[in-house]
Amino acid sequence: MTTTPNVVLHVADVHKRFGGLHALSDIDLQVIEGETHAIIGPNGAGKSTLLNVIIGKLAPTSGQVVFDGAVLTGRKPHQINQLGIARVFQTPEIFADLSVLHNVMIPAFAKRDGAFQVNMLRGLGSESAIRREAEELLADVGLYERRDSHAGALSRGDKRRMELAMCLIQHPRLLLLDEPTAGMSRHDTNTTIELLQKIKARGMTKVIIEHDMHVVFSLADKISVLSGGKIIAEGLPDAIRGNEKVQEAYLGGAHRLEAH
Amino acid sequence: MSSSRNDLLLSVGFALVVLAMPIWLAPFGAGYPDLLQRFMIYGIFAVGFNILFGLTGYLSFGHAAFFGVGSYTAVWSFKLLSLDAFPALILAVIVSGLFALVIGYLSLRRSGIYFSILTLAFAQMSYNLAYSVLTPITNGETGLQLTLRDPRVLDAITGQTYVGQPVPTLLGQQLSGYAGFYFCAFFLIVAFVLAQRIAGSPFGMMLKAIKSNQTRMQFTGFNTRPYALSAFLISGMYAGLAGALLAVTDPLAGAERMQWTASGEVVLMTILGGVGTLVGPVIGAWLIKYFENILSALNDQILVRFYSFLPEGVSELAVKVTSKFVGDGWFLTLGLVFVLVVIFLPGGIMEGVRRLANLFRRPGAPTPRPTAHVQPAE
Repeated sequence: MTTTPNVVLHVADVHKRFGGLHALSDIDLQVIEGETHAIIGPNGAGKSTLLNVIIGKLAPTSGQVVFDGAVLTGRKPHQINQLGIARVFQTPEIFADLSVLHNVMIPAFAKRDGAFQVNMLRGLGSESAIRREAEELLADVGLYERRDSHAGALSRGDKRRMELAMCLIQHPRLLLLDEPTAGMSRHDTNTTIELLQKIKARGMTKVIIEHDMHVVFSLADKISVLSGGKIIAEGLPDAIRGNEKVQEAYLGGAHRLEAH
Repeated sequence: MSSSRNDLLLSVGFALVVLAMPIWLAPFGAGYPDLLQRFMIYGIFAVGFNILFGLTGYLSFGHAAFFGVGSYTAVWSFKLLSLDAFPALILAVIVSGLFALVIGYLSLRRSGIYFSILTLAFAQMSYNLAYSVLTPITNGETGLQLTLRDPRVLDAITGQTYVGQPVPTLLGQQLSGYAGFYFCAFFLIVAFVLAQRIAGSPFGMMLKAIKSNQTRMQFTGFNTRPYALSAFLISGMYAGLAGALLAVTDPLAGAERMQWTASGEVVLMTILGGVGTLVGPVIGAWLIKYFENILSALNDQILVRFYSFLPEGVSELAVKVTSKFVGDGWFLTLGLVFVLVVIFLPGGIMEGVRRLANLFRRPGAPTPRPTAHVQPAE
């Protein structure tokens, strides 16, 4: 396999087996710099497993994941993040006991100071640059008014948007989104789409897993369809929309795959 | 919002309360140096413990080991180097820090209950070693004491000589009585201000974030292990300092200081006062030491006199029941109080204070969500 220069993420021949179950087989996926690459597929197709393999939460049975020339396989989650990959989880992973503002400030320290830094005598008051950026991002995601609330007290949709702000403050080179609009109202979904389109305009590379076809077709430059742990189709949104194999596998032919 | 001014107010207020203790504790019968010294020492122990348990969420059941190591180191420094308190304190903090580094490194390979059990096991090992193999260092059951024949190299060089029983000093001044209290009070205030700085720093924020969600921390790019180890190390050094100060005020070190009951006591202090709060652990330490002092001193004769106003049969019954809760039975009282606090006031005394304050400030206003949790990190 040759890697073209602008391929940021390359999932190369990845297999993942849980006992007798082939969760992923022979996955080969290339994500080009600046693109929004959507991974869709029915429940249990292996989408979240694939994301977990990329992020280092799961080790592949064979094959490897290469990010910008560096092999991710075998690295620890914090090392993978330090290379420039941030992730929004399917179930929001947040600091529920801390304030919304602190939730968004914390990832900025990982970006600025690295994986470990003993800065115990400097006050948080002197971190005005990080604080200001966190406040701007909170304004972007519509949570500025709630910056002093306990993050645990936010609604599920608000937690997701806060988690997105937590990732954005790191200016990641690759952003992985696991169903970023699940559990959101139509209105919140639309604001999130607008927000993601704004990020896209800045040229951030994204991999997005999503059920909501409205979201997928509003954002994706390229779509890979996963079914039964295999990639059954890959291409531009229009091509995927018209692909009969995809219609068959994804919706059992019962519905048409369309943006609503 | 000027949080730095609030911090300053809190530390100044705390210092004033501590330094004025001989005055305001006198009406409670606690204004004498021996007890005040213990208030200071266990206050330091609890403040340090809270950095690990309160901020980072790791519940150690073995911190008495570092306290004991601090005591032994200090007494050895008095024996071999000098009766001056400073070399003893510095060495004690270094040695207990090294100890904490090793035990912390091994124990932090696990979290939650397994971490707690590991720390407990290491502390009990230290305790048993102090009684057996390490007798040449610890002097076993007798405890390590100062004698007139100790070499005291530094003192010999500077030509200092002593008359009578050797007593730790500070630049030639004996550290007994109120001098000892103010010496310890100085360290409690410094320890408190330092803990306050840590809690309000980016580092402290990372510790709280580890307690809140370790997984998120890792996926956010933090290597959480060295953070937790730093917290463990700092709290171990605090414990060593406290142990050394106990040796300064009373130059004798025994292995019982390292026993699991002593480790459990600092856990109780922290939870009773309020886990994760700054002042709570100190208040918890003071209350436990105060009531231990009163209740463990009571005996049947005192109780008989106390209940003498009651009719004969009733007074005997009252004495019989009460005697189970005082003297050696004081731990029973402590246990009961602890159970009540954990069930009805899981945020400790500080949560109680907060609830009361809210009650008076705005009747009917919703109480803010308590920030303190008693569970260790996952």
